[in-house]
Amino acid sequence: MGPTLGRRSWDAHLLWLALFGIVFIVVLPLANALGFLSDYYLNLFGKYLSLAILALGMDLIWGYTGILSLGQAIFFGIGAYSIGMHMMLEGTGQGVYGEPVPDFMIWNQVYQLPLFWKPYTSFVFALGSSVVLPAALAALVGFLTFRRRLRGTYFAILTQAIAFAVWLMLNRNEMKLGGTNGLTDFKSILGFSLGQPATLRALYIFTAAALVGAFLVSRWLVRSKTGLVLQAIRDNERRLEFLGYNVASYKIFVFSVSAALAGLAGLLYAPQVGIITPSQVGVLPSLEIVIWVAFGGRGTLWGALLGAISINWLRSVLTATYPSLWPIILGGLFVTVILFFPQGLVGLGNKLRSLGKGRRIFLTTLGVAPASKVEGHPL
Amino acid sequence: MALGKAVVVSLALLVLPAIPGPAAAGSAPGPGIPDLSSLPARLEAPVTQEAAILALREISDPSVGILLRALKDGALYRWKARLTVLADDGTLKDLAGQPIVDDRGQPVSPAEGQEAIALEERLFGLVQNLLDRLEVFGAEREARQSAAFKLGNSRDLSAIPVLAKALDRETDRRVRGVMQEALNRLSLSSPDAPARARAAQFLGQAWSESGLAQLRVVAAQDGDAEVKRAAQAAVRRVEVFLTWRNLTGYLFNGVSLGAVLLIMSLGLAVTFGLMGIINMAHGEMLMLGSYTAYVVQEIFAARFTAHQDYFFFVALPLSFLVAGVVGLAIESGIIRFLYGRPLETLIVTWGIGMIFQQSARLYFGDQTSVNSPSWFRGGVEVMRGLIFPWSRIFIVGLSLLALAALYLLLQRSYAGLRVRAVMQNRGMASCLGVSTRRIDALTFALGTALAGVAGCALALIGTVDPEVGKTYIVDAFMVVVLGGVGKLLGAVVASFGIGLSNKILEPSIGGTAAAIYAKVAILALVIWFLQWRPTGFFPAKGRAAEGA
Repeated sequence: MGPTLGRRSWDAHLLWLALFGIVFIVVLPLANALGFLSDYYLNLFGKYLSLAILALGMDLIWGYTGILSLGQAIFFGIGAYSIGMHMMLEGTGQGVYGEPVPDFMIWNQVYQLPLFWKPYTSFVFALGSSVVLPAALAALVGFLTFRRRLRGTYFAILTQAIAFAVWLMLNRNEMKLGGTNGLTDFKSILGFSLGQPATLRALYIFTAAALVGAFLVSRWLVRSKTGLVLQAIRDNERRLEFLGYNVASYKIFVFSVSAALAGLAGLLYAPQVGIITPSQVGVLPSLEIVIWVAFGGRGTLWGALLGAISINWLRSVLTATYPSLWPIILGGLFVTVILFFPQGLVGLGNKLRSLGKGRRIFLTTLGVAPASKVEGHPL
Repeated sequence: MALGKAVVVSLALLVLPAIPGPAAAGSAPGPGIPDLSSLPARLEAPVTQEAAILALREISDPSVGILLRALKDGALYRWKARLTVLADDGTLKDLAGQPIVDDRGQPVSPAEGQEAIALEERLFGLVQNLLDRLEVFGAEREARQSAAFKLGNSRDLSAIPVLAKALDRETDRRVRGVMQEALNRLSLSSPDAPARARAAQFLGQAWSESGLAQLRVVAAQDGDAEVKRAAQAAVRRVEVFLTWRNLTGYLFNGVSLGAVLLIMSLGLAVTFGLMGIINMAHGEMLMLGSYTAYVVQEIFAARFTAHQDYFFFVALPLSFLVAGVVGLAIESGIIRFLYGRPLETLIVTWGIGMIFQQSARLYFGDQTSVNSPSWFRGGVEVMRGLIFPWSRIFIVGLSLLALAALYLLLQRSYAGLRVRAVMQNRGMASCLGVSTRRIDALTFALGTALAGVAGCALALIGTVDPEVGKTYIVDAFMVVVLGGVGKLLGAVVASFGIGLSNKILEPSIGGTAAAIYAKVAILALVIWFLQWRPTGFFPAKGRAAEGA
């Protein structure tokens, strides 16, 4: 699917990455510290970059392995809720009521800290829970589905149903996770006030660094032998089975990695945005991630990055001016991107470049992609 | 009657409909009716007012209600020695509603500066209580029934004669039942042991749910052994009845939910099961059907007010057409480029769904509702206190009808033969001269049209809002996945299976969120089930199974 990267592009890609890293890790925070870039925009970029990590995970499982997981938002939610719970606990006692539990629990007549909240007083536990828990959950779901050769559309529908169920549960106050309001009103993290620009700047730098790190790990993964097997699963799973590969283990592995990345994204997202609600943990958010990846370019890591950042930027701009039109625009994007730009932004860029070099190109990429004819059952 | 100046006459008026005959003669009050000759004077004096009102409660007669209401509203006037009510036109009327005339035959009004008889503030509650009690004589069937029920709850023994009298007059069978039940519930606290035993026995015979709590108390605490035994037997009888009734209720709810799931997933069984297209906009096609029903209803309300109830007969086929045509447009505009790429269709159709949903929200607002035609309101009472609503029964019928029609179309018609041929072996069908393009388009349109019908039907039992599709789509897909792709029988088994287990789980979970937890539990069950049947109850076999 994606353009295979030859040796030739190896250095060029690393160069781009270094440039990206320098701009986002060093230049932007510096500009902010010196007053050239407002705190608001830096924070916004921090949000985009954390969502880009989420997109990387989705690209690994959908772009490279061809498994459509509609549960990524759950893993993102676990990460965000984990750190959110920790921050809530750090802020307890400073709330309006001065009780030893977060304020929203008082509203629900809960005066004792629920047992599952207790470990989250530890920052290390919260960190671990936001990355390890999603991976473990993904491994469990993967174990229950892939091992039984539940695949393709069935897997997509099942994960979607799970996301729907989780969303339903999170909306209930009995879950003691804030119900529809979610977790918000975080005061500080590790003692640093979230109201301070310096704290947010530090969080931003962590996010940018984590993104570059996640990118490098993903890059190493997709270029390794394992990565080749993953792409082979995408292109012809049955053949790989006949060749003796244990396809299920590979799938469980990549599903866990993508879930861990989603959890990491949630971990970085919640403190910067200051709120996490069930509406970010459901079917629609999961599908949106797919669209970021598709828009940027499925099966290329750069595509995931570009897609996540550009669509979220578009969302910020458009929801500010036309809030009621945004769902229509997003829906339209879903349709046009898949129909007309199956390779996404990166594919479009590649075509334009080869056009510039005077190579033969197929304009079909700009037009309608031809339907692939499949014998027998169209699935 | 206007002759009578004596107090007695007005009192006779008071009790007139109850005691036929000698009103004009000015006879003494009949047996059991306290002497009320001093009533107007006692009502007027604050000190004696309470006693006067309390005396009134022994009289079970509608005109007491008129008197009390007037007293409460400050419209009760004394004219000479009589009690009269100030009517809306400013004249005085007696308690039977006849105008009061003076010597010259002119209607009278309250004298200048005359005050209405004032009701002591502390007695408002008492008067209201008595008024409520008199509702058992009301004109409305429902009002009488609920008043009788309330009296049954009151444990107020003094209400027994009132109820007995009301029961005497009552002609409606159902209201009579409620009154009898209420009477016996009151008798449960009577001081007379045989009366208590009789009441317990009656309540047991009548499967009285409302008397159960009281029966339990009597069964546990009554001093009389006979009464205790009777009450215990009655409790057992009622409990057995309730168990059966609940079970029937759960079964019906399960079947009705199953029918809802079935009618939703039939269309999906066509698009997903036969064609392999994950149509995430299926829910929005359903929404389209619901809104079609809504629009047709509005048009009927504006143009054909007299035939408003018939809107549904127009709406049902129209929603089939609208959703079908929209489906056809989607297929030929978008889906046809995506055959063989199911995951891409999922994303694209979700996008289409979002556009539809938001457009509906912008155009119709957040929530509208369709009024069921009047013949769908109410239902059949299959057991005491268990009503199957007509609209639910209709949906069960409609979904079975749609199932039968779809089955006949696919399996017994020439068109269905072609559809199956294309779905089983596209290349071969095409070689034999079947226009696969046309079949694809029409099959997809059939699937969405079925969703439209489902939406129209579901508008009867729920509100119509832009989210309606999203609430059903996940369930519908679970049905198709569980049932197995491409088999109608699978969809039937799966939808009734999910529907029944949902409704049986719900009460055992309990609490406000039972429906949600039941849903989650069902999901877990489905995943567990797919462990050993990864392709559902009735998997596709042979070549058609490839790549599914």
